Amino acid sequence: MKIAIPLDEDKISVCPSFGRAPFFFFQDSEKGTGEIRENPAAESQGGAGTKAAQFLLDERTEALITVRCGQNAADVFRAAGVLIFKAEGAGAEENLAALREGRLEKLNHFHAGFHGVR
Amino acid sequence: MKIAVLSGKGGAGKTFVAVNLACSAGKAVYVDCDVEEPNGRLFLKPQDITESPVFVSLPEFDAEKCSGCRKCVDFCRFGALIYVKNRPMLFSELCHACGGCALVCPEAAVSEGRRQIGHVEKGRHGALDVVTGVLNPGEASGVPVIKAALSLGEAAGGTQILDCPPGSACSVMESISGADFCLLVAEPTAFGFHNFKMVYELASLLGKPCGVVINKQEASYPPLERFCREAGLPVLLRIPYIPALARLCGDGEPACEKSGEYAAMFRALLEKIGGRGE
Repeated sequence: MKIAIPLDEDKISVCPSFGRAPFFFFQDSEKGTGEIRENPAAESQGGAGTKAAQFLLDERTEALITVRCGQNAADVFRAAGVLIFKAEGAGAEENLAALREGRLEKLNHFHAGFHGVR
Repeated sequence: MKIAVLSGKGGAGKTFVAVNLACSAGKAVYVDCDVEEPNGRLFLKPQDITESPVFVSLPEFDAEKCSGCRKCVDFCRFGALIYVKNRPMLFSELCHACGGCALVCPEAAVSEGRRQIGHVEKGRHGALDVVTGVLNPGEASGVPVIKAALSLGEAAGGTQILDCPPGSACSVMESISGADFCLLVAEPTAFGFHNFKMVYELASLLGKPCGVVINKQEASYPPLERFCREAGLPVLLRIPYIPALARLCGDGEPACEKSGEYAAMFRALLEKIGGRGE
């Protein structure tokens, strides 16, 4: 399964923002490989949530671990069948471990969007 | 002549000044461009209202014709189209109605639909025509409604008083783009002065002649006075902070229709602007 996590500038911590996170960490849980990619939507004027969601779909993401997620991006993921889990704790690695052990819950609250307000 | 009334800060007194200026202008048009919260109608209580809807275009996709080539999705820079399961998915509130998706579609699968985002109202208050733009709650951009209100005001002819939205963003720029004169309503406070400078910068960038109304003046605010002096900006009117005036506003009454003193004050303001603008 390919899992994505929004990353902060330090490339270690989970970024609380989804659409405007500077990086994403992608892990392929079958192959055991991981890579950090820049988020092409981070600096966009508008529609960052849907653009970041598109990036994840294009990267064939099957699950997302995130602190929060806007309604538009959630609609994209629902249509594409991508699972969304709620991040617990600060680090990306600990969240991946928690997901493996089945300790992460599905994210079921989506906000209406911050629209430029961080 | 078109006179735009604006202020960076909300609550500085744009609607108060615009309404009273319009009532003092005889046969004229008042256009409420503050489409997110058009309050002029609370004072003017327009009669014989006619209403017309304002639409923006929105793409419609023919699933039979769509080949899933993704050209429309890649073209949309607003993130309004997302490619899911080999088909475009539309987020209508992100769409800027640019029409690009229809242009780039090689299969002619995209046609132009439309969506209502608000309406314009036209009514009368005595000799005054009252045009009000109303944006539906939750809509991102009021510009199409402002355009519709302005063209309705244009059709009515004569002196037009344009009551602008607060701030100095796109909606304000749209409201003042055709104006002959910008009347800047300022509050003599640090916050009022800061936002006043922002709208002044916008108006001068567009080459508009400007004048200032200082509203709710208890004492003079020296940085504002100095700024106007140095920029050569005429202060056309100072309105003191008067409880009786605030009460009239609170009751939703145009002050100049209740008191000869205020009527004379706004007629004098209109004459000063008319002398400068034409």
